[in-house]
Amino acid sequence: MKISVFWIGVAVALVVALLTPHVVTNEFYLRTAYTVLQFVVLATAWNILGGYGGYVNFGSAGFFAIGAYSAVFIYKLFPLFQVPDYMIFVMLPLGGVVAAVIGLGTGYLTLRLRGVYFSIATLALAVVLQTLVTNWHFVGGARGASILPPQTVPIFSTWGEFLFVLMAILAIASLAVARYIERSWIGRGLAAIRDNEEAAECMGVPTLKLKLIGCTVSGFLFGVAGAPLPYYVNYIEPVSAFNLVYAVNALAMPMIGGATTWIGPLLGAVVLGTAQEVARVTISSEMNLLIVGVLLVFFVIAAPDGFVGLARKYLGNRKSR
Amino acid sequence: MSDVLLQCSGVVKTFGGFTALDQVSVDVKKGERFGLIGPNGSGKTTLINCISGALKNDGGTITFDGTDMAGMAPHQRTRLGICRSFQIPRPFTSMTVLENLAIPFEYVALRGHRHASPDAEAKAVREGAMAILTEMGMADKASAPSSGLTQIELRKLELARAMAAKPKLLISDEAMAGLSNSEVDEILDILFRLNEQHGITIVMIEHIMRAVMRFSQRVVCLDAGKKIAEATPDLIVKDPNVERAYLGE
Ligand SMILES: Nc1ncnc2c1ncn2[C@@H]1O[C@H](COP(=O)(O)OP(=O)(O)OP(=O)(O)O)[C@@H](O)[C@H]1O
Ligand SMILES: [Mg+2]
Repeated sequence: MKISVFWIGVAVALVVALLTPHVVTNEFYLRTAYTVLQFVVLATAWNILGGYGGYVNFGSAGFFAIGAYSAVFIYKLFPLFQVPDYMIFVMLPLGGVVAAVIGLGTGYLTLRLRGVYFSIATLALAVVLQTLVTNWHFVGGARGASILPPQTVPIFSTWGEFLFVLMAILAIASLAVARYIERSWIGRGLAAIRDNEEAAECMGVPTLKLKLIGCTVSGFLFGVAGAPLPYYVNYIEPVSAFNLVYAVNALAMPMIGGATTWIGPLLGAVVLGTAQEVARVTISSEMNLLIVGVLLVFFVIAAPDGFVGLARKYLGNRKSR
Repeated sequence: MSDVLLQCSGVVKTFGGFTALDQVSVDVKKGERFGLIGPNGSGKTTLINCISGALKNDGGTITFDGTDMAGMAPHQRTRLGICRSFQIPRPFTSMTVLENLAIPFEYVALRGHRHASPDAEAKAVREGAMAILTEMGMADKASAPSSGLTQIELRKLELARAMAAKPKLLISDEAMAGLSNSEVDEILDILFRLNEQHGITIVMIEHIMRAVMRFSQRVVCLDAGKKIAEATPDLIVKDPNVERAYLGE
């Protein structure tokens, strides 16, 4: 019965996402919701390797930006103002696939590293990718690129509406993927790796294969989350696309929400994402990382299993799924 | 054809300039209860690591059931039929005792079996794991978190989890260290039963001489990475090389 509860939730969420643009006419709210939903995808992507498998990725921003720059690449292939509106449906999978391939490659190169060495390698990877993009003039180099979305919009009447619904669908889809992985042999094997990699390998778990699957799926989700970014910001340059904000949030949101289930990243992203957006508007745009940092320190010390762990403790049910 | 299950010949392992295993050759026969002894740091665990694939031997060959295992990852060797317990227990701490067993059960014992549904598979895993826990006298701990177990429970979990991979060869690396006399007997009974009733070949590494001598049909002694003796238990204790290794000159 639990399965159908989830899928009913998915159906309801999809309907709500599709109806929201008809009800919420102020694009400001749609843009805010887009940011939060984007964090849901990022947190979920990070959690597949970091939460399930215990491999902490510091380079999330790199994978995310690669998705965004894959879209810029396609955009630049066309003469000014000539990009067909449906190209977004090419940008999206391309961003995902490029980031997935980089994820797989990173996996091959770094997954023999354990613990903090893996994390440092992912950080270095993000720096390398940023340097490459900064020196790649075709996609704007260090100066950045102005991106004007096409005049026509697929399906919806404005790009704001379209991008919101797109990101909502991506968020729902990535949660479904994460939940599937968590409950499959892959998720159980990743949990064994997180607990004790050597024992997992000796108990028949093909650890390298599972870590590569984790890296690839995670990279793909980061990539698709980044692909719509150029149309959302209209101007993109490496410093903002590779911003630390993405890497920190992708890690902090699952840790604060609870990293061992798919619900944790969702909760963390919604709560932290919303708090940051509110703070950005009401206090200052510099506040957001401070909020994340303070909350992260608090949770790591006081509630290492995040919201989900607190809920289990106080509601007394071990498996709140 | 041959009754040898595991054959190590001329196994060499070095760490930097230090030779931890120096041309070690050991044969274990099918169905045998085999003891591996030696003073601290003599290379017993290192040999097990080379057999299980956790370490790559620098020289020599290791053959299991007729297959040369060179280049095989540990999980592939487990699928061939070798499973080990760890000297220092390494439970999957976020899981219950039953879930610990479910990992090798799902990844090795039930690998390739088709199940009608995920629920049917989960049921098969649960029942198989439960049967092993019952045999180990741990059925009442099935849903206990593995992070809160006592020393003997951890040792039993190590063995039970290895058994869940349905191995042909079980390697027990000091499963009795730090246990009381009666607990040692309890573990011994379990190992005897696995050998006699299930036909599992067992390699026992142990410092507790009373246990290893009672259990083993044949014993090999390592000292400083070299095999210095191989005999039946009653003869090996009288071996002058073994005496010297344990007592010094
Ligand atoms: N990964 C490693 N790197 C370097 N040296 C190692 C490594 N593993 C083992 N050694 C060394 O190899 C030697 C043999 O160690 P091993 O653990 O195999 O001994 P052992 O016979 O199992 O001893 P014990 O009875 O204390 O468990 C020791 O001197 C140890 O310090
Ligand atoms: Mg040892």
